[in-house]
Amino acid sequence: MQTSADKTNQPLLDIANLKVDFHTPTGIVQAVRGLSFTLGRERLGIVGESGSGKSMTGRAILDLIPHPGVVGADRMMFRGQDLMAMDKRERRKLRGRHISMVMQDPKFSLNPVQTVGSQIAEAYRIHRKAGAREARERSLTMLESVQIREPARVYDLYPHEVSGGMGQRVMIAMMLIAEPEILIADEPTSALDVTVQLQILKILDDLVSERGMGLIFISHDLHLVQSFCDRVIVMYGGKVMETLPAAELADETTRGRRHPYTLGLLNCLPDLDHPREKLPTLNRDPAWLA
Amino acid sequence: MTAVTQAPPCRASAPGRLGRWGRALSRELTTVVITTFGLLLVTFFIARVVPIDPVLAVVGDRAPADVYEKARLALGLDKPLWHQFAIYVGKVFTGDLGTSVLTSQKVVDDIRTVFPATLELATLGTLIGVVIGVPLGILAAVNQGRWQDQIARVVGLIGYSVPVFWIGLMALLLFYAKLGWVAGPGRISVVWQDIVTTRTGVIMLDAALDGEWEAFWDAFSHLILPAAVLGLLSVAYVSRMTRSFMIGELQQQYVIAARVKGVSEAAVIWRHALRNAAVPLFTVIALSYMHLLEGSVLTETIFAWPGLGRYLTNALLNADMNAVLGGTLVVGVVFIGVNLLTDIIGRLADPRVR
Amino acid sequence: MSDTSSAGLHAWLISDSPTSRRQARLGQLYRQWLAFKRNPMAVAGLAIIVLLLLAAAFAPLIAPFDPLVQALDKRLLPPSAVNWFGTDALGRDIFSRIVHGTRITLVIVLLVVVTVGPFGLLVGAVSGYFGGWVDRLLMRITDVFLAFPRLVLALAFVAALGPGIVNAIIAIAITTWPPYARVARAETMVIRNQDYIEAMRLQGASRARIIWKHVVPMCMPSLIVRTTFDMAGIILTAAGLGFLGLGAQPPMPEWGAMISAGREQIFDQWWVATFPGIAICIVALGFNLLGDGLRDVMDAR
Repeated sequence: MQTSADKTNQPLLDIANLKVDFHTPTGIVQAVRGLSFTLGRERLGIVGESGSGKSMTGRAILDLIPHPGVVGADRMMFRGQDLMAMDKRERRKLRGRHISMVMQDPKFSLNPVQTVGSQIAEAYRIHRKAGAREARERSLTMLESVQIREPARVYDLYPHEVSGGMGQRVMIAMMLIAEPEILIADEPTSALDVTVQLQILKILDDLVSERGMGLIFISHDLHLVQSFCDRVIVMYGGKVMETLPAAELADETTRGRRHPYTLGLLNCLPDLDHPREKLPTLNRDPAWLA
Repeated sequence: MTAVTQAPPCRASAPGRLGRWGRALSRELTTVVITTFGLLLVTFFIARVVPIDPVLAVVGDRAPADVYEKARLALGLDKPLWHQFAIYVGKVFTGDLGTSVLTSQKVVDDIRTVFPATLELATLGTLIGVVIGVPLGILAAVNQGRWQDQIARVVGLIGYSVPVFWIGLMALLLFYAKLGWVAGPGRISVVWQDIVTTRTGVIMLDAALDGEWEAFWDAFSHLILPAAVLGLLSVAYVSRMTRSFMIGELQQQYVIAARVKGVSEAAVIWRHALRNAAVPLFTVIALSYMHLLEGSVLTETIFAWPGLGRYLTNALLNADMNAVLGGTLVVGVVFIGVNLLTDIIGRLADPRVR
Repeated sequence: MSDTSSAGLHAWLISDSPTSRRQARLGQLYRQWLAFKRNPMAVAGLAIIVLLLLAAAFAPLIAPFDPLVQALDKRLLPPSAVNWFGTDALGRDIFSRIVHGTRITLVIVLLVVVTVGPFGLLVGAVSGYFGGWVDRLLMRITDVFLAFPRLVLALAFVAALGPGIVNAIIAIAITTWPPYARVARAETMVIRNQDYIEAMRLQGASRARIIWKHVVPMCMPSLIVRTTFDMAGIILTAAGLGFLGLGAQPPMPEWGAMISAGREQIFDQWWVATFPGIAICIVALGFNLLGDGLRDVMDAR
């Protein structure tokens, strides 16, 4: 199936009018309202404030929306396969193997009572019919490729024994070991010390381009997205405000064409070259959500 | 981009780990010593406030004054309280719990014969509680708010609201008298009473060792009803706690991460979440075991089960204070021991405090 | 007209900006009541407890017979239109005895709670507030009591004090207080470090005032929840002591003792032991359901 898909230069992901609704006792909360985009072998950024629905977008692609949530879409295709038509089991088979996700805080997203090595090996053994020894060897190689120097020693450590930066490398190793085509990175560096953020991003960037993967980079940090991604989707209140090449975010000359919300976000950023007395607060227009 | 440097990865060094263990162990031991001391103090205090004259219990009502006085001195009752307490503690530590008025045997020997029966009952009861309670709690947690959850809730409420001695009577009435599914009161039918040689004191084990399978099944038929009654209490407690631990674990980020990897839902629950819930769950099961040791006091009375509970109640009703306090002391020491063991095993099971 | 006034009351109660302390307090109670009302199980529990209180208050009016007068010609009659739950070995009407038994149950529960609650609360609040050696000492004592088998210890106390309802209450109280102290201490430790307590201290409030006026009220919700749950346990323990012949003595219509009396005839006259047991179950269930509901409402943590 992959060969025919590759030939036609099909996008990895093609999503039209994605909606995520939560049915609560007090009414329906719309977390994502009609999101459309396609993803190729590129780095796509999704930016927005907290609550803008960017994380829910990632979860919806993985079929991991928690209980009262309902996902709907006109079209949700992964390499020509209709995700909406698949049952739970088939969706699970895709997870980790074809679409994967790096989460925010390694302190909470690694199982505290299993060694980090066994957690990486588990991800490999689920998708490849591999023995314990092969899985271990693969995991050690993978630890090396996320630039951990003593993989054999780290393999047997528990999550509480590794630092945040190393935990996130373990997380990346775990999520990439089955060689997925798409990686969703949901605020992958927000919980880390500033000093290690860049290291993690570099590792992520190298692996993604090496393997020719598609990356969805979810973040609230405009600077980060601007320097790290090819294309950017700006989200607010579950809707897309605009989609633009990342380079244009920094480009002063195109400011006239920008959506007011994007401009608002940009104006909130402090800028050393143009110091201001007071940073403006963000104006939000209910009409954007209509 | 800066060169990737290796952050110091490992914080737990070997000496640090040993030191932590040493501190934890000394804390545990202090607790054991203090609680044991407290236990002795309480039993001693109870023995002192009893309106029954301990001297009369030894020499009888009609003893002449000089015999009475001699016995009083022999019991050390003329000495100051702290001295009497010291004597008492010394006796307890040399295994002397006095003589039972009722059986005219040493309390220690009495307890040695009855304790295995209670252990047998409480162990099977806890086993039932774990085998049913843990899956029930997991089912409830996974289906929070649905009918499975309601069933677990009702079972829990029943277990917390039904008097164990009454449900025991009702069970006897239904399963023994009306349906005839199980054997009645007692531990084994009279036919087998003296055929099985006593080795461990646990009749089913002894029968199996002897190869007397008919006796084995007879003993099982006697055991199952009281054990099931105790098991109901355990199921209530274990399922309720399992549910709440599992709900807590299933909300954790690492569970989502496991799903992202493609782990099946069954493995997410049993391999990931349950393994994390297992650490506090272990304490709960140990607590439940101790509750059942206690619950056996009432259950054994109903089922004429010749265990520690019935020994205690018989002693109580006959004001046989040595037996009462000896039994209390033994149950208390078992509690302290199980507590200690639980803490140590819980520590071993959790890599974060290991 | 009553409609508009009740709507006005409703609005006054749920106002977001109460103008007096009383309005705020009543408003909070009212909101909790609205939340409580939505939980049918909890309401059922409350109904059971209300029925229990009514039965205890009007026992002589409800019970068709005297609970103590024996009628040997009417021994062990099965349930009928006259004797709804049958009669016992001494010809007494079991229904009437159960109705009168509500009083004994209530007295036991209330006496235990009244002694245990404040004592545990005080020990816990003092321990948590002062910390240091006071805390260590009090918690050590609490630990000693917590490490004991409660029922066995109660049994030993009753054995020492002699059987009887008062001694049973004392024994249960002695073995029930430690968890209260624990809960109160944990709450106090949290409250103690709050800024508003620090503010009180800076204003020169005495320790006693801070504990009594600020720490204790904050501990109340979790203690009330705990107490409600415990009431079921106290009823079961008291019944157990009664069953063993160590609690209320005959001819008092105590439910546990009644079951014990019916034990002899369990295979032939099942009703003698069955109905008092059902009474215990229902009342214990009532307290458990109420506790569940209260926890959801008051103790969201």
